[in-house]
Amino acid sequence: MSKYKGQAAVLSQEQIARDIYSLWIELPRIASEAAPGQFLSLYTRDGSKLLPRPISICEIDKLQGRLRLVYRVTGKETGTELFSRLEPGDSLEVMGPLGNGFPLENPGRAFLIGGGIGIPPMLELAKQLPGDRQIIAGYKDELFLTEDLERYGELYVATEDGSAGTRGNVLDAVREHGLAADVIYACGPTPMLRALKAYAEEHGIVCYISLEEKMACGIGACLACVCRSKETDSHSNVHNKRVCKDGPVFLSTEVEI
Amino acid sequence: MDTKVNLAGVELKNPVMTASGTFGSGEEYSEFVDLSRLGAVVTKGVADVPWPGNPVPRIAETKSGMMNAIGLQNPGIDMFCRRDIPFLKQFDTKIIVNVCGKTTEDYCKVVERLADEDVDMLEINISCPNVKEGGIAFGQNPKAVEEITAEVKKRAKQPVIMKLSPNVTDITETAKAAEAGGADVLSLINTLTGMKIDIHRRAFALANKTGGLSGPAVKPVAVRMVYEVANAVKIPVIGMGGIETAEDAIEFLLAGATAVSVGTANFYNPSATVEVADGIEAYMKRYGFEHVSELTGLVK
Repeated sequence: MSKYKGQAAVLSQEQIARDIYSLWIELPRIASEAAPGQFLSLYTRDGSKLLPRPISICEIDKLQGRLRLVYRVTGKETGTELFSRLEPGDSLEVMGPLGNGFPLENPGRAFLIGGGIGIPPMLELAKQLPGDRQIIAGYKDELFLTEDLERYGELYVATEDGSAGTRGNVLDAVREHGLAADVIYACGPTPMLRALKAYAEEHGIVCYISLEEKMACGIGACLACVCRSKETDSHSNVHNKRVCKDGPVFLSTEVEI
Repeated sequence: MDTKVNLAGVELKNPVMTASGTFGSGEEYSEFVDLSRLGAVVTKGVADVPWPGNPVPRIAETKSGMMNAIGLQNPGIDMFCRRDIPFLKQFDTKIIVNVCGKTTEDYCKVVERLADEDVDMLEINISCPNVKEGGIAFGQNPKAVEEITAEVKKRAKQPVIMKLSPNVTDITETAKAAEAGGADVLSLINTLTGMKIDIHRRAFALANKTGGLSGPAVKPVAVRMVYEVANAVKIPVIGMGGIETAEDAIEFLLAGATAVSVGTANFYNPSATVEVADGIEAYMKRYGFEHVSELTGLVK
């Protein structure tokens, strides 16, 4: 697997919820290599914003060489706000695919759990994962990607304000519906991942979590985005795994969060 | 056209090197650039034992710059010698090992350990702003700079580069102190200490509170300091600080640098180093320079 940096063509852009945008880009060299759970580095054209923005891959269309990115605009004058202004015909500099995706070989009943902007990578995973897929999506209030997710598994929704599905978080939805699984795949805010790690250990099930951390290079050189690992890491000989290169997907038992 | 430069008897095929801490030991970048195209690879700092570094967040972007407080996470000299040196030996480039420590003894242990290793030069990091002991604590005091330089020089089998901190009132004082201590080459600048506050979380952007500012934002400060130091000492100077293009690198050469390092730019353009090397050649061709060394200190 090799990383590639180049210009992608913007195919379409759509706002799908408050501050949430869906962007389709064309870049066959990356689409052909990409796997669910991997991410791309996106570069702005604003020279004062030096660093790439790591964005998870939401959908991969290998046949047509296209990728879908669903991301959140984090504020005014941010890099993500600049991306939200891209229109069909524009180009976007990207590097990828980066990191390790979710392992797909695990059979049996699976939970695919996304929280907030951690939901998008669950869509491509749901498309590719064999077995029984129970997708649990946790939102603050406004829903997005639900119609897409429903096509690839049984979808359960939780909202913090109770405006849709279970009032509460993703584990509240699991309990309300009496769901069970042999393996968990999750991406979302750290408190959610922490709760899932505890839940998985309590129930003795395998749990893969996708972590996020501030990154600079995205390729494992700068050592900015480390997380604490249980075992000594092979790169720095301490207890720091690199989210960008050793992750972003980890077994919940190999990291301390 | 001759792009070779000489640093204390070590001949580099061109003046372009990597800045310590921005390039690992080259492995991650070898997917993007042919390391044999570089004058030298300067490794990330290595200590006598593994260092875990600082808590996260370790970086924050600022306008035209970034701040880091990695805290010199490194695998320790034994693993480095076992893994990183053999990796770099596959390429036709010079190997410069950046050495860090908390005490003079720490630095000396690493320097002694490297004496019989096949590396070309040592760069002594007495200027890291992100560790509590060692690092900058040595680099801000001329007397301490001279002493540690002398101790390192007593033990080193390879030429010694002292990496200077810009976080001083007069950088020529620490530069002259390093020269007096026996330094073969000077490199500058390390990062400028800065701070960023996240107003929405009402907290420091970096877990370490402060970090080292780098990137294009620091370049004018770096060029000025390279000019001052190059005119204050007789030993060669390696210039760095915000270099992202050949034009940036040529400014440093004209200000008095013999070689240059590309640092932060590697994070957003993994092939920045070779682009700088190519651009220097194009500049030489355009203005009819035969030897790259003719550029050094041309602007008085």
